[in-house]
Amino acid sequence: MGSSNSTLSKIPNLGRLIEETGFTPAHIKRLYKRFQALDKGNKGYLSPQDFGSVKELATNPIGDRIIGAFFSQGQETVDFHSFVRILAHFRPLDKNRAKRPDSPEPINSRISKLRFAFQLYDQDNDGKISRDELLQVLRTMLEMQVTEEQLESIADRTIQEADLDGDNAISFDEFRKSLEKVNIEHKMSSRFLH
Amino acid sequence: MGWFPSPFDNLLCMLLGISFTVWFTLLLVFIIVPAIFGVSFGIRRLCMKTLIKIFEWATLRIERGAKEKKHLLYKPYTNGIIAKEPTSLEEEIKEIRRSGSSRDLGAASQEFELSDIFYFCRRGMESIMDDEVTKRFSAEELESWNLLTRSNYNFQYISLRLTVLWGLGVLIRYGFLLPLRVTLAFTGVGLLVVLTTLVGCLPNGRMKSFLSEKIHLMCYRICVRALTAIITYHDSENKPKNGGICVANHTSPIDVIILASDGCYAMVGQIHGGLMGVIQRAMVKACPHIWFERSEVKDRHLVAKRLSDHAEDKTKLPILIFPEGELLKSGVHSSAIAPLARASGLCMWAAGIGLWEASFSPAFLFLGLSSGTCINNTSVMMFKKGSFEIGATVYPVAIKYDPRFAEAFWNSSKFGMVNYLLRMMSSWAVVCSVWYLPPMHKEEGEDAVQFANRVKAAIARQGGLVDLLWDGGLKRDKVKDTFKEEQQKLYSKMLVGAQEDRSRS
Repeated sequence: MGSSNSTLSKIPNLGRLIEETGFTPAHIKRLYKRFQALDKGNKGYLSPQDFGSVKELATNPIGDRIIGAFFSQGQETVDFHSFVRILAHFRPLDKNRAKRPDSPEPINSRISKLRFAFQLYDQDNDGKISRDELLQVLRTMLEMQVTEEQLESIADRTIQEADLDGDNAISFDEFRKSLEKVNIEHKMSSRFLH
Repeated sequence: MGWFPSPFDNLLCMLLGISFTVWFTLLLVFIIVPAIFGVSFGIRRLCMKTLIKIFEWATLRIERGAKEKKHLLYKPYTNGIIAKEPTSLEEEIKEIRRSGSSRDLGAASQEFELSDIFYFCRRGMESIMDDEVTKRFSAEELESWNLLTRSNYNFQYISLRLTVLWGLGVLIRYGFLLPLRVTLAFTGVGLLVVLTTLVGCLPNGRMKSFLSEKIHLMCYRICVRALTAIITYHDSENKPKNGGICVANHTSPIDVIILASDGCYAMVGQIHGGLMGVIQRAMVKACPHIWFERSEVKDRHLVAKRLSDHAEDKTKLPILIFPEGELLKSGVHSSAIAPLARASGLCMWAAGIGLWEASFSPAFLFLGLSSGTCINNTSVMMFKKGSFEIGATVYPVAIKYDPRFAEAFWNSSKFGMVNYLLRMMSSWAVVCSVWYLPPMHKEEGEDAVQFANRVKAAIARQGGLVDLLWDGGLKRDKVKDTFKEEQQKLYSKMLVGAQEDRSRS
């Protein structure tokens, strides 16, 4: 006989996870079930192949980059904590959350979401989106639908518009400035059900 | 001093003898004889109605109890964790750009923006959290509880009455129903083998096919009763006729038994060794089934030829095919036959028939397809086109199980075949509906894929199942790259149109 609370008790450091990510226990439980469903072979962690079973991800042009976002710094596995922490980026903003001066930036704040998106572009993590990196992203998003010249002209124009200090690359600050008016809170958030 | 039986022993022996006799008489009268003649006393339906009332009471009791104790009720997962917005790529990207730019956006200035990636990123994350297809592969969660703890996560101690009821249920199911069913299963399979071998000795002719039909039907009916399957057949006037192909959606390995107990079909599959092979060889003596040697299975053309020859011959029985399917490793198949051979006859029968690197379901196809994955009852996966290239008349059949009585879905990555059959046999009953749909032909100018989709849509519509434009094989294989192209095409249409405008101006 299983009870609904036994699932939660299997998760270590639950309290800290809730505190850090802001998910409710019900959400965490659902995410845990999802984690288990993805974890073929019950290893307790996920590897890149486990994400391969998500069909919608495979049809997503930047699917591989999204999977890569879970495995930071050359790691080959992602445990449940890291899994939830990454997904927490997509929680809607908490309007009522009081800002404590010494607390770390919440995972789902505007800056954190921007940083997450920036890292999707900046694959070598040098803090700048170079022209090559931009070309790479454009290539995966458009593949064979446009010619190489068109891709290059798009990349050049984008850098021209966003690059303020003239180094032919987009730093995080320039990225942030160019997306000032975009409603990131809405576009990089999912509606979580209760 | 010798051992002499005490009066108590005598009494015990007598009681045992009497109970066995009673048991077998009941078995014979109430189950086997009606199976032979195809009639039913209606006892099962009566039990079904009673059980439904009990289940409803049990569910109300749980909900009330949970409210009183303020426990978190684990709501059905069917709603998922996130609400997905049904907007298209174009709309969303336009919205993102509109909010980010103060320029007046006309059709000409839809150029690439750094924020475009947000759309793909969010969609990717949402699909990781909650994915239409993977959801299909976990068992549906019930709105009501059917006194089987395996299908309910909310069961905690709520009231004495509920626990007593549950305990009674366990007693009845494991103590009475399970042995009964296992006996029946053995009887059914045993009779099948013996009788078909006998009939096989007769010369080919009308008498032989008449008898073999009767025997097959009778044995399948016994097997059906072994599962206590309560089947409602709709539209029997559309039942498959000779010289056609019968095509059905596939939820569980017992689909075959359910269909075969109502009509005679030619099965398609691979010959196995051991007890399974004995059954297959016996069956083929009485009735022309299509069994392939393992070596023949690799030769697609041979397979296709044999099947089309059979289909064209109007005197032969309709071929039964479940066109959904996926490839499993061949090692899985051969290593599992030995333990299966030790299990009940029903297991072996259902497990044995398969094509190619077979799984344990009698789901099979030809022309490059494979044996079945079991799919959660609510959707009909993309039918593979091979079955539809043959050009014969196709008789679609829709099968839908009622989840209130037993979870018919077989999660082949979680449970083995024996486990699955035991669960089936220790559930209350297997209630399902079978709809025979009117026959379909491939029309002029329609290719196999379109025909397959048409058949699939008809089946899904009838059974109230959700029509998923997806391939059952994707559960384990990687998606083909062609699917990515669709998204890329959509996106590029937005951009390239802008580029061309710019280059023109």
